[in-house]
Amino acid sequence: MSTVFIALQANEETRPIIDAIELDNPRAVVHRQPAMVKIDAPDELVIRKQTIEEQLGRAFDLQELQINLITLSGNVDEDDETLTLRWNS
Amino acid sequence: MDMKVEKKKLNLKDKYKLLTRDLGWEPSYRSKDEIYPYVKYEGLKVHDWDKWEDPFRLTMDAYWKYQAEKERKFYAIIDAHTQNNGHLNITDARYLTALKIFLQAISPGEYAAHKGFARAGREFAGVGTQVACQMQAIDELRHAQTQIHAMSNYNRYYNGFHAFADARDRIWYTSVARSFFDDSMSAGPFEFMIAIGFSFEYVLTNLLFVPFMSGAAYNGDMATVTFGFSAQSDEARHMTLGLECIKFMLEQDPDNLPIVQAWIDKWFWRGFRVLGLVSTMMDYMLPKRVMSWREAWEIYGVENGGALFRDLARYGIRPPKGWDDAEKAIDHMSHQLMLGLYQWSFGTAFHSWIPSDEDMDWLSAKYPATFDKHYRPRWNHIKKLAAAGTPYKNFGLAKLCQCCQLPIVFTEPDDPTMLCNRETTYKGEKYHFCSDGCQDVFEHEPEKYIQAWLPMPALFQDQQGDIGAWMDWVSLKDGTDNGDYAGSEDQRNFQQWRGLATSNQ
Ligand SMILES: [Fe+2]
Ligand SMILES: [Fe+2]
Ligand SMILES: [Zn+2]
Repeated sequence: MSTVFIALQANEETRPIIDAIELDNPRAVVHRQPAMVKIDAPDELVIRKQTIEEQLGRAFDLQELQINLITLSGNVDEDDETLTLRWNS
Repeated sequence: MDMKVEKKKLNLKDKYKLLTRDLGWEPSYRSKDEIYPYVKYEGLKVHDWDKWEDPFRLTMDAYWKYQAEKERKFYAIIDAHTQNNGHLNITDARYLTALKIFLQAISPGEYAAHKGFARAGREFAGVGTQVACQMQAIDELRHAQTQIHAMSNYNRYYNGFHAFADARDRIWYTSVARSFFDDSMSAGPFEFMIAIGFSFEYVLTNLLFVPFMSGAAYNGDMATVTFGFSAQSDEARHMTLGLECIKFMLEQDPDNLPIVQAWIDKWFWRGFRVLGLVSTMMDYMLPKRVMSWREAWEIYGVENGGALFRDLARYGIRPPKGWDDAEKAIDHMSHQLMLGLYQWSFGTAFHSWIPSDEDMDWLSAKYPATFDKHYRPRWNHIKKLAAAGTPYKNFGLAKLCQCCQLPIVFTEPDDPTMLCNRETTYKGEKYHFCSDGCQDVFEHEPEKYIQAWLPMPALFQDQQGDIGAWMDWVSLKDGTDNGDYAGSEDQRNFQQWRGLATSNQ
């Protein structure tokens, strides 16, 4: 098992995004640190546009994540609907 | 008015295709070899450039939109920081030492990375790679500018910030980061990608920026949190570019594996030595500490680096050669380097200090196997000397490693009581190294490293060994910028201004 993670700034824009990530990734562990939130997950983490929109109550372009992203790990794959982080091991 | 008509949008994959790869063309009156003279120079074999794709599929139109938003957020906070005397909210002025090192050594590295990616974008033959390198070149320029801008506010009040460009060019400890970037920029484009895109961005940048930003947040420095976040929001893309490039090289041809592995070995060790400065910052320079260097290494080195190299094992890649030596150094390096910085503090454009008893208790809790045994007794001895009015100063000059340019202060991987010193004689000249890793790098490319500009020989060449003349030359104000924090002008001013800000006097 390898851990993938994503870290986002802790602010009003990311609060619903973090909620959405927790909903879509039941095995994820959320670490709240000063000014940032780091989310770890075993092997894979999936971020879905639709869940974020439900939490946010507005349309959301997954590329908006770029603004509040701090760091991530794992192989990235992004299309219109999902952003996936994955280790192949 | 409430009717909102959804515009028909291209999906991300089609848009990426149209706005990157479809911008390329086949040259007709010059050959590709003439246009891209360096792509074969390093021995890498590439058969199909179109196999390279940015997994974020970021196109220039979206890039400008999001970058503009980041700049707006950045300047809103920087203005507020300046308008509200944000410099008085930091825990105490010792914290500024970390910022001064950052400004003198790391921000110029951002600028160097900008130049390197501008060049890599020109020299790679694939459009996807060119566009990603172009974005990164602009990002890195933005990082240098926003960092200098954010820290310029501290320059209005405190010492040691005023001549970072001279410090970058001439002072001794900055040449550690400078030589790292110069080394990468004077390599071919693929090696540059491994050096900066992969080793620095992917393997090491988390260890630099994440603890540094959290450190700023813990210590009340809103300006640095802001430039850190703004820069870091680009780093996820840079890390991903670095990882994609390495996978691309390995997938293109099996013959690329040994070349790539040798670069990983070299650049991991070069980067690890640059991080020596970060280790002192985390363990010693933050008045309120976030986590120890050891703890950061566990998360971002062992756990994340481990995951990365397990992933790359499918291509035949093994962890970098210096990995085990790095692990053995983790519990020692910050202490050894900080003792070095303290004893040579006459020559640093920042302050250092003897850790308090409380600081030492924290260090012994974080480093139970090493601190009380090897380092507390030394600090206690130095403290005794200071109390007796004979502070420990080493006015000799440090012997520098010909590769990483750090002073030779580290110990043998398996014996913390024995200084590690390696020597190689090349063409009748003797060269010194701090470690096996640095000696290996030299011996692989001696003609490159015998040309290295080292600050100590420069002092004798240009200033005949005159320390006062050297201080003028590096724009270091003796008695103001350097020496112990205790009794410094920074300490006096901060206490006085903070007193004024929190009372009615
Ligand atoms: Fe940068
Ligand atoms: Fe970067
Ligand atoms: Zn070295």
